[in-house]
Amino acid sequence: MTTSKTITAQPKWELVLGFEIHAELATKSKMFCACPADHFGQEPNTQTCPVCLGLPGALPVPNAKAIEWCIKLGQALNCSINLESKFDRKNYFYPDLPKGYQISQYDKPFCHDGYLDLASGRRIRITRVHMEEDTAKLQHSQIDGQKVSLIDFNRSGVPLVEIVTEPDFKTTSESDEFLKEVQLIIRALDISTADMEKGSMRLEANISVRPVGKKDLPEFKVEVKNVNSFRFIKKAIEFEFNRQVELLEQGQIPSQETRGYDESKGVTFSQRSKEQAHDYRYFPEPDIPPFKFSQNQVNQWKQELPILPAQIRSQLVASQLSSDSASTLIASPVRLKRYYELIKKGLVPKKAASLVINAPEDKVSTIDQVQTNPTTDVSQILPLVEKIVSENPKAVSDFKAGKTQSLFFLVGMVKRQLPQADANQVRDLITSKISG
Amino acid sequence: MTKKLNELSIIEARDGLRTKKFSSRELVQACLDQIQKHDPKIHAFLALNDQAVKQAEKADLNLPLGGIPIAVKDNFLTIGLPTTASSKVLEGYQPHYESTVSKKLLAAGAIIIGKTNMDAWAHGSSTETSDFGSTKNPWNTDYLPGGSSGGSAASVAADMCMAAIGSETAGSIRQPAAWCGVTGFKPTYGRVSRYGVIAMASSTDSPGPITKTVTDSAEILNIIAGNDPQDATTSPRPIENYLKFPSQKTYTIGVPGEYLEVLSSPARALIESAVEVLKKAGHKIKTISLIPPKYSIGVYTILQRSEVSSNLARFTGVRYGHDRSFFGDEAKRRIMLGTYALSAGYYDQYYAKAQKVRTLIVTDFEKAFKDVDLIINPPSPGPALKVGATENEAMFGEMQDILVEPSSIAGLTGISVPCGFIDGLPVGFGFIGRQFDETKVLSLATQFQSLTSFHHAKPSLT
Ligand SMILES: [Zn+2]
Repeated sequence: MTTSKTITAQPKWELVLGFEIHAELATKSKMFCACPADHFGQEPNTQTCPVCLGLPGALPVPNAKAIEWCIKLGQALNCSINLESKFDRKNYFYPDLPKGYQISQYDKPFCHDGYLDLASGRRIRITRVHMEEDTAKLQHSQIDGQKVSLIDFNRSGVPLVEIVTEPDFKTTSESDEFLKEVQLIIRALDISTADMEKGSMRLEANISVRPVGKKDLPEFKVEVKNVNSFRFIKKAIEFEFNRQVELLEQGQIPSQETRGYDESKGVTFSQRSKEQAHDYRYFPEPDIPPFKFSQNQVNQWKQELPILPAQIRSQLVASQLSSDSASTLIASPVRLKRYYELIKKGLVPKKAASLVINAPEDKVSTIDQVQTNPTTDVSQILPLVEKIVSENPKAVSDFKAGKTQSLFFLVGMVKRQLPQADANQVRDLITSKISG
Repeated sequence: MTKKLNELSIIEARDGLRTKKFSSRELVQACLDQIQKHDPKIHAFLALNDQAVKQAEKADLNLPLGGIPIAVKDNFLTIGLPTTASSKVLEGYQPHYESTVSKKLLAAGAIIIGKTNMDAWAHGSSTETSDFGSTKNPWNTDYLPGGSSGGSAASVAADMCMAAIGSETAGSIRQPAAWCGVTGFKPTYGRVSRYGVIAMASSTDSPGPITKTVTDSAEILNIIAGNDPQDATTSPRPIENYLKFPSQKTYTIGVPGEYLEVLSSPARALIESAVEVLKKAGHKIKTISLIPPKYSIGVYTILQRSEVSSNLARFTGVRYGHDRSFFGDEAKRRIMLGTYALSAGYYDQYYAKAQKVRTLIVTDFEKAFKDVDLIINPPSPGPALKVGATENEAMFGEMQDILVEPSSIAGLTGISVPCGFIDGLPVGFGFIGRQFDETKVLSLATQFQSLTSFHHAKPSLT
């Protein structure tokens, strides 16, 4: 059995790796109807209508906000925007697809030919960013001892953007950096939660292997799907690389197929053979007129883009932060926000960064300069010490009797009412008050 | 001679209701009686509204169609009335929502008296492919009513309602109206909402009225036309008041020789004398040349079959009760042909090429309309064909609709009005206008009806 090895252990073979990344947009309504798009944790089939159920006669009406967001994402990924675009029907049968086709984009995606530069300076080319609708969700379960497949249509028709990359990744650390950066960009645009665990961001890795130095793409390609964390996709790719190398070294060609990843065993497994290429019989969606965008409109959208993670990173590094600190800050909007607030209050970048990075994330917003620079101001602390001492005669007598625990209790009582008080100062004042 | 209540036009019925000559209940009952008496033979209806009389009692006569019974083709989703598109796949299907067209009719006070028979999935021009049995032509029950809106046309011709709603993909309103001797109006594509209409070919489907007179068509169009936020292909253009079409205006009318050539000689004689009527009334007649209609057959067939193959994909049997084995031969043929035309390697050869020819046809019309206001376009090569004529004729519809396919794929508006008889069977005359030129079409058609009386003729039902 193949075990997970690092990729550098194979000097003769190189990884050929590209991605299809799906992100569900956090628009108010679905892509083609007025149902709510936020389906996470909702009672099944409570957010549906004739359109997303694919009932006879129902027609799709495109969500303008979703299209704007898709184009903005494309712009953030340095894509060119097609001023003339359209939707197409992708025809295939699956129980999670109520119309028998998915409304997607074929030859005129909203965005094409973009790129993203890695820290190393290597450029990853982005083939396209297009808009489509999510499918319903199948749930396989047992009812009264019978195996059944249930369909939840809440997800049907949720806006989905698809980012397709060229097979430009040479290592999993490159892909890891890229995928995390894409997630940051999506979050910076505030268009999706891009949450892998909840499935609002989904990855499909197209993996193959070729002899080092060869330029042509291999004649086979393995698609690994349904992996819901960055850590596991990395492991899955590494496993798959080694599996394919092993086959190739035995003179076999890995088969063209879709594979899943078993997290507990750390292996990929065959799900669906892709021997025959799917014929989706794409044709222009006749229910939605084609789009024409003006250059002005597209420019306007570009101007509205927020500051992107890469720009923030270079600003942070320019203010003497390490790139690790910068990345940690960028990865957490809460930390980053607090960091800027502390800078505004006059903290130096390094100090602000270390405070914000070292606090637990849910406490970050309460970190204060004052709180972390304890006060020793006697005029502020002493009245409180006197009050606490007179209110707690039992603790005072215990302390006098030698119970040091009681001192901690009294200090705690003071700190509760004056959190920024310096603990040493409080202790000294209490001791002198009691013994004095 | 006074007309029976069920024989009245919309306008006549409304006058009678408002002046209290009769009640809506009586009007609806007269139609139901006529249906009960003659529909066993005609078979225009698939379902009747058993609440119609109750609804008539509560009708608001101030509304434009208040208390007036109207029949609706069975591909429009109607809450409370089963909707099958004449296919066994959908037998017993009870819609969860109301089509925009029927919703607008109801809001205008109309009583939906029942659902009319059609070719299954609107695939055809005979109503003979209905899975629930063919409708018969009221003028002679040995003959077909045309289709696909054959039930709607027959129900109007047989005075079973004041008017009916049909839908046309290419000829499905105008051709059955011609064969049944009534008025059939096809609006511009995108003028009337398709929301809630079981899709046939999405890029050409156009709902429209089938009526006893042109003015009645204008009445219905005025209610059902307009932008629909639920149909992205409806035009945002504001609607005109179709009731205010000019009744006197003279027009320049193009006569395409390529179209007249397709007509049978007795039909051609009737069409030519209809043109003569317009000429005598002062309209300017101009011979023009258009791309011969035969080229539209291929274009229309490819585009329509392609869209059909995708539109019918949802009827898998998982959700609608009956599985795919319930599809009739015609639907199966269309699905196969469309699937083939869209397949990898064939797309460019068929679908893409058909779209290019479609563009040529659109431009050809645009060019022609630079010199004329309206173009003569008879809807059918001749009168109705005999029951059984579709057997072993896989391209029956396309051949019968050869004259209306070009204007349908160009999304134009058009009309069919009666212009005479051959052996007791009605013949339809018609013309087409530019996109959104509904008013001109209505104007000329009304002038024709004021100069002729063919539309007053009634079949003698036995
Ligand atoms: Zn919905």
